[in-house]
Amino acid sequence: MDTRQMIRAYINENFLFSTNGFRLSDDDSFLETGVVDSMGIMELVLFVEEQFGIQVADEDVVPGNFDSVNCLAVFIESKAGAND
Amino acid sequence: MTEMEWAKPMLVADFLENSARQRTNKVALICDGRRLTYAMIDSMANRMANALCDGGVMPGDRVLLFLPNSVELVVAIFAVLKAGGVFVVVNASTKLGKLLFLARNCRATALVTEARKTELAATAMAETPSLLSTILTGDPRNLVDDRDGRFVLFDQIQRDYPETCPPCPRQPEDLACLIYTSGSTGEPKGVMSTHSNVAFAASSIIRYLENRGNDILINVLPLSFDYGLYQLLMTFKFGGTLVLERSFAFPTVVLQRMEAERVTGFPGVPTIFAVLLHMDLNKYDLSSLRYITNTAAALPASHIQQIQKLFPWARLYSMYGLTETKRTLYLPPEQLNARPGSVGIAIPGTEVWLEDENGRRLGPYQTGELVISGPHVMQGYWENPEATARRYRMGPDGRRVCYSGDLFYMDDDGYMYFVGRKDDIIKSRGEKVAPKEIENVLYALPGVSEVAVIGVPDNVLGQAIKAIIVKDGSPLDEMTVLRHCRSHLEDFMVPQTIEFRHSLPKTSSGKIRKAALS
Repeated sequence: MDTRQMIRAYINENFLFSTNGFRLSDDDSFLETGVVDSMGIMELVLFVEEQFGIQVADEDVVPGNFDSVNCLAVFIESKAGAND
Repeated sequence: MTEMEWAKPMLVADFLENSARQRTNKVALICDGRRLTYAMIDSMANRMANALCDGGVMPGDRVLLFLPNSVELVVAIFAVLKAGGVFVVVNASTKLGKLLFLARNCRATALVTEARKTELAATAMAETPSLLSTILTGDPRNLVDDRDGRFVLFDQIQRDYPETCPPCPRQPEDLACLIYTSGSTGEPKGVMSTHSNVAFAASSIIRYLENRGNDILINVLPLSFDYGLYQLLMTFKFGGTLVLERSFAFPTVVLQRMEAERVTGFPGVPTIFAVLLHMDLNKYDLSSLRYITNTAAALPASHIQQIQKLFPWARLYSMYGLTETKRTLYLPPEQLNARPGSVGIAIPGTEVWLEDENGRRLGPYQTGELVISGPHVMQGYWENPEATARRYRMGPDGRRVCYSGDLFYMDDDGYMYFVGRKDDIIKSRGEKVAPKEIENVLYALPGVSEVAVIGVPDNVLGQAIKAIIVKDGSPLDEMTVLRHCRSHLEDFMVPQTIEFRHSLPKTSSGKIRKAALS
């Protein structure tokens, strides 16, 4: 699975409910669509740290990094690249 | 109680209208990247009030505001009041089932929500006979088929309707809002506040916080929560500026905003302070902070000390309240070091005492129920006389008093200390959660035979929600249970942990013994 697929799988498992047929596109804001709430962002941070072995700093937790599948994928890939 | 000069009865819309007259071009609201003056908000609210009247909202009618914290929500609150209506703010993470319950329970005549929720709104309209119209905010591209013309766009209203206030008759003793709160039966109850109740509660809090027109408050709490709502109402009353954030999801963003806007007042709940205490705050210049408030659940003593160490220049207020009287107690900050475990004394202009189960008043160090008297005692629960009669009774001086359902003791000087609740309501993330409401949702899930929901102590949440489930033999896993909860409950009601057991402890009469579970 690539990074985007892993994020999507995590969001699907933990936040999305299939019952109402809602589809989240990779650019949709997690918060504005209500898919992830404020506590959910903290869970997302833990997921990124554990799944990708990335150290997430306080100032990394901003909408530009954590508010959509695409933002998060770009963030994870840039961090992972920096660690190599 | 003598007439209080600082708490004259007034209409809630006067908060905005007075400030719009006296501080016309002052920035009232900073939200969604916009800065709006009192005059701008007043005229937007007037336009929307005209549209509401046009859509059939009559004086006294309830209007559901199903919106996240936003400019539109602020405008809508005052628009409903200007139209003579009663506003009901619904948490933006509410799911269809609960939305329908609320709409039917208060027989709302109008709904305001985001265009992206058009489908939900259409269902609500179809299922709720009283609902005459829906106003949609945001991007109209999300609008579905509207052959009946029952959907109106917020932006269109701002272009089409006059900016003069419609002439709707309003009195201070009319209802201003319903605030729904969790009931132990599992069905939410709408606490009825008159304009007078709201004006008094806001005045009393402003008085002890010593708010002035130069205060800049930041609010990250949902306006569906009375603690969040009153930050808006109070700011507009004292003519300050409100920085309104959608949530506390991105603490760094909030801290940067506090620094940039030179915020002076920061209301929080223990969850928020727990997050802040784990961050390096030295990077932010927060020297403008004049005060910090905490309510909804008590702060651990260690957190109080750490907050004081982080913000030695700010006053920290520990407070206690329930929606049924808005705020009830506050601890004057100068008492914090002497009595760190106390949530204080009655707010200005009100009275509290403790009673035992026979209605006898208790002295120091005796535990009893907190009873509250004053003009902040709300009118009861919407169309629920039984629940109203349990909570609100006639006091010794012939005034209605509120029985809080919370047990306290007081020290020799009358400072109150919270002991526990009389019922099994959970307080998580600062919000009241009725175990029954979650249990009802879980019983609807195939495979669940028995369930008990309890609160367990949690450093961050206050109490974490735990669901203990007995399966009927079918294969049911944690993920399925959580998904089901997430699709039927507001975010703050979704359990943190699920445990499966073979059986639950019972009393001799067959009732689940929750005390044996925690």
